Amino acid sequence: MAINPFANSGNSGSITRPPSSAERATDSIFRAVAYVCALLIIVLVAFILWEIGKKAVPAMADHGLGFWVGTTWDTNNGVFGVLPEIWGTLYSSLLALLVGGVFGIAIAIFLTQDFIHDRVASTFRTIVELLAAIPSVVYGLWGIYVLIPMIRPGAEWLHAHFSWFPLFGSDLSGPGMAPAALVLAIMILPTVAAISVDAFRRIPYKVKEAAYGMGTTKWEAILKVMLPTASSGILAALVLGFGRALGETMALAMLIGNSNQISLSLFAPANTLASLLASNFPEAGPIEVQALMYAALVLLLITFAVNIIGLGIQQYTMRKFEGKA
Amino acid sequence: MTMAAEANFVADPFTPEGDTVIDCKVDKIFYGDFLAVRDSVVPIEKNKITAFIGPSGCGKSTVLRSLNRMNDLINVFRFEGSVMYHGQDIYAKKVDPVVVRRYIGMVFQQPNPFSMSIFDNVAFGLRLNKYKGDLEEKVQKALERAALWNEVKDKLKNSGLSLSGGQQQRLCIARAIATEPDVLLMDEPCSALDPIATRQVEELMLDLRSRFSVALVTHNMQQATRVGDTTAFFSVDISKGGRTGYLVEMGPTAQVFDDPQQQLTKDYVAGEFS
Repeated sequence: MAINPFANSGNSGSITRPPSSAERATDSIFRAVAYVCALLIIVLVAFILWEIGKKAVPAMADHGLGFWVGTTWDTNNGVFGVLPEIWGTLYSSLLALLVGGVFGIAIAIFLTQDFIHDRVASTFRTIVELLAAIPSVVYGLWGIYVLIPMIRPGAEWLHAHFSWFPLFGSDLSGPGMAPAALVLAIMILPTVAAISVDAFRRIPYKVKEAAYGMGTTKWEAILKVMLPTASSGILAALVLGFGRALGETMALAMLIGNSNQISLSLFAPANTLASLLASNFPEAGPIEVQALMYAALVLLLITFAVNIIGLGIQQYTMRKFEGKA
Repeated sequence: MTMAAEANFVADPFTPEGDTVIDCKVDKIFYGDFLAVRDSVVPIEKNKITAFIGPSGCGKSTVLRSLNRMNDLINVFRFEGSVMYHGQDIYAKKVDPVVVRRYIGMVFQQPNPFSMSIFDNVAFGLRLNKYKGDLEEKVQKALERAALWNEVKDKLKNSGLSLSGGQQQRLCIARAIATEPDVLLMDEPCSALDPIATRQVEELMLDLRSRFSVALVTHNMQQATRVGDTTAFFSVDISKGGRTGYLVEMGPTAQVFDDPQQQLTKDYVAGEFS
């Protein structure tokens, strides 16, 4: 037990006392557990990177950086390149982010800015969050049996009349970029909406008062004050949503068409890194497994890069708008 | 005064000598079923500072916030009476509260700059009103009037939230006066500030008086004596089970403090309750 220099300084009958050694021990144990948990996360990430990297080393030696820009995936001849997959991953995720982001932020505004009664809003929010609980494979099936037939007439019309426009440059034969990106948008919607809702909720009431006090209409208050104030939180929502879209596998493997081509067309089939991994692993021989590991590493690196860039942008806006270092 | 007498007490209406810019006659102000303020006639004089004082819960902030329809943000708020501003009742059906708030500016208890640059904060109202002239000149002028220009002129691009509390409050004042509204409502603008910042804001109010008419809520009686030309003393009536605020006495500040007409006012300014 530590020495208590104040042992005799209290009033007689004083009930103050120093923390007991058991209390001190609990304190140190709790601290140690917290450190270990935090460390474990870092170790885990490093371990995953290490394991995948180790298995990808032979492929990295064989294909080098050419792997990043190669456009064929030919198992028989041992030629591997993932540029179409990188393109498909980024393109589908960006499209999804565009659609899901706009709707997600719009939903967040609708739910937080006094358009509807609080109780209705919380019910609505629960429903949106339920979207996150639907398994990926169900989204895939829904995409195949509902979404593709639904968008086909529109896609055909667009292609027939605007085929000169790059986005509509090909026919929708079935699976393709558009249904994949739309399903992806729905899948990231709950993430974007929920985190944006929190960002709007965190805005203190005094900011709203300030806006209305300046004589803003409701839309001016939302667009000119609330949105900039919530911007760093909304950016975090978008980064998380984008990260989720990059790694989404099952639904995309079912919907994107798994075709190695680079096209701006919304209706052309394409491929993504995650869906390449999912579709090719089960029947891959040892050489292809090495290439797939390399592809997995590429996906990991892209995800890391996107998250770091996103964080950077978020920090920048925080500094710029909120004056925080 | 007995409780029963208090329940029926209505202050003698104060008729200022000079011009008034707002003539506020409150019959009743409700939040839902709760009667917050009753029977208070509060004229706001042109180019003067009208201070509202009184114990907490006396409705002084409620009355102030009724003058530019800020209370309309609260769903259950209901105002009975009239607030005449340039011959127009701002509570008339055809009047849009958004327009009222553009002409009658407000500074709040907590400094509340927007999360944007210092410049954008001050330019906010100018842009909102689609001001076509020289934005920079107006922003500089507003910041100078708010006695903040020298401190921020080299960092107009920094966030308004990076300033200290006192600077933030002066920034909010600059934001409110940039569009030159003719009335400025200040709801305990110094309560979150330290004495030095308070001093600066008070000096600022005295300067602003030449161009603006100011209505000031304060829970600091010394502040009322330092800056108020006219003082309105509100009190709270608990006789009917609720806590209903009402005007007790209004007059030139010197009179209210040195020669109050009501016993309640005497007790309050003597510091016997607060």
